[in-house]
Amino acid sequence: MTEDSKFHHGDADQKEPIIRMVNIEKHFGSVIALAGVSFDLRPGECHCLLGDNGAGKSTFIKTMSGVHKPTAGEIFFENRPMHFEDPRDAISAGIATVHQHLAMIPLMSVSRNFFMGNEPTRKVAGINFFDKKQADEITMEEMRKMGINLRGPDQAVGTLSGGERQTVAIARAVHFGAKILILDEPTSALGVRQTSNVLATIDKVRSQGVGVVFISHNVRHALAVGDRFTVLNRGKTLGTAKRGEITPEELQDLMAGGQEMAQLEGSLGGTV
Amino acid sequence: MAESAQSTTGDDERIKQISPLRQALIRPELGGMVGTVAVFTFFLLFAFDSGMFNSQGVLNWSIVSAQFMIIAVGACLLMIAGEFDLSVGSMIGFAGMMIAIFSVTMSWPVWMAIIVTFVLCVSIGALNGFIVVRTGLPSFIVTLAFLFILRGFTIFLPQTIERKTIIGGIKDTAEGDWLASVFGGKIGQGFFTWLGDAGIIATFERGTREGQPVVDGIPMLIIWAIGLIIFGHVLLTKTKFGNWIFAAGGDAEAARNSGVPVNKVKILMFMFTAFCATVFATCQVMEFGSAGADRGLLKEFEAIIAVVIGGALLTGGYGSVLGAALGALIFGVVQQGLFFAGVESSLFRVFLGVILLGAVILNTYIRRIITGER
Repeated sequence: MTEDSKFHHGDADQKEPIIRMVNIEKHFGSVIALAGVSFDLRPGECHCLLGDNGAGKSTFIKTMSGVHKPTAGEIFFENRPMHFEDPRDAISAGIATVHQHLAMIPLMSVSRNFFMGNEPTRKVAGINFFDKKQADEITMEEMRKMGINLRGPDQAVGTLSGGERQTVAIARAVHFGAKILILDEPTSALGVRQTSNVLATIDKVRSQGVGVVFISHNVRHALAVGDRFTVLNRGKTLGTAKRGEITPEELQDLMAGGQEMAQLEGSLGGTV
Repeated sequence: MAESAQSTTGDDERIKQISPLRQALIRPELGGMVGTVAVFTFFLLFAFDSGMFNSQGVLNWSIVSAQFMIIAVGACLLMIAGEFDLSVGSMIGFAGMMIAIFSVTMSWPVWMAIIVTFVLCVSIGALNGFIVVRTGLPSFIVTLAFLFILRGFTIFLPQTIERKTIIGGIKDTAEGDWLASVFGGKIGQGFFTWLGDAGIIATFERGTREGQPVVDGIPMLIIWAIGLIIFGHVLLTKTKFGNWIFAAGGDAEAARNSGVPVNKVKILMFMFTAFCATVFATCQVMEFGSAGADRGLLKEFEAIIAVVIGGALLTGGYGSVLGAALGALIFGVVQQGLFFAGVESSLFRVFLGVILLGAVILNTYIRRIITGER
């Protein structure tokens, strides 16, 4: 699985991390959601964050994207200590999150979606108008780069498949200067072909030097594209492994928290 | 670049070619266009000799249509932003009554009465929007409350102050007022006199106005309608803010994630709807010279119907100002046309219902083609 992957993988470990998060803790009242998680991301790598439901993946990425403030622990962004007051701070620093369902508006055209909130403008007679021509050209160009054939920039997003929508959202984030791209379970609701499209998109984005945080609980998807793998369980890091150092079975076991899963997998014939 | 575009589009065998005609037809306004053609064909066939299409007749249904257009533009932008305003009708009554109370009862100059009324009504619109945005309640309920609140005040205030529900005498106080003429005046008198003298349009043959043209100018109401349509259309399709209106109505959460100030957009659209209602009310008060407590009754539904005929989606995120304007035109032409054709006026509702249903079914079909919904 790891050797025959069609994606090339860069030597990401030589570069300085864009973001380093050390011993992050997050408490919600009496609930300890994160009990000391450390994580770093280098430019041009895809770092997979794996874990079962309730492991703290979502809380952790929300801390990274400025939605939550950590109770304890430190965040270094480009080697400087960083405190995000709200998601807008994180976005302007270059941390973009692509949510699975909350990214695109189906009724609007691709180019209007692409530039939603960042519309290019053109001054005519002192009034700022939406520069549709420029928006359309850039959208078509970016979509071509990602391998999506649009009928035209006016095509509604609702006519795209789920995988293509994810790709548009990713292309948009990268176009607007994201240094870190957080993908929250981008493949969990997609079919096989659509999933491979999204994984191919991640690969393209990575080769442009963007750091990708790929959240998943699907080991196959993670191994297909990831450079490093960090497993979370019950709010703690169970360790970070590099590509090639870990087998799918070991990852699966780590995610499930060990023994029970191994037994179950034995009785099911290893198909989980 | 053209070459690469060709080669890549050739790659995907699943993208069907769409004929240019079909592509040109697939637009939100199609239902409204078809309806407009149908309505005009119908009345040209059945009411051509009734005077509906001479200068006076055209002016008659143009004024009625323009009234619908003014409130439809506001309702359209608000609906695309994902909200309703059911208080439009009551707002019309309330705004007219406030102008009358300020100018007649309190003897303020009319321009001041109009400006204060605009500020008051647009603030009420902002309050509507603020409550909807803050509480997350459906705008249907919040503005339904304001439908009753505003109507209640519209009846209560004149009864308490003047002991009647209609306040008249505004024509005399508004005489020569610069702002009143912006709403109640006419333009192009010289042009119409020339048309009358040249024999192109009919002139009065006897009476005190002998020799004057039957249509002596274009009422400001129509100018306001055209101005608001152009403003609304340009705002929606040609500006950054227009994109935010679509986004706010399409999916507020996704829009927020992309940095669109959704709450601001929605509140501004509530204010714009209130503004349009106040324009309607001011034109009406200046035309009639009086304000009545029952003015604007059911106008909110007429506005919404015009917008829906025009292709907008009730759930927001999709629609067209030009479509809404066509919807309003259909509304006005049918209402006046049946009168000209001598059809029993109760059939107006039947006719309207049929057009509404037909246009909405056509629009749903078009929208499915555009958006790929199933």
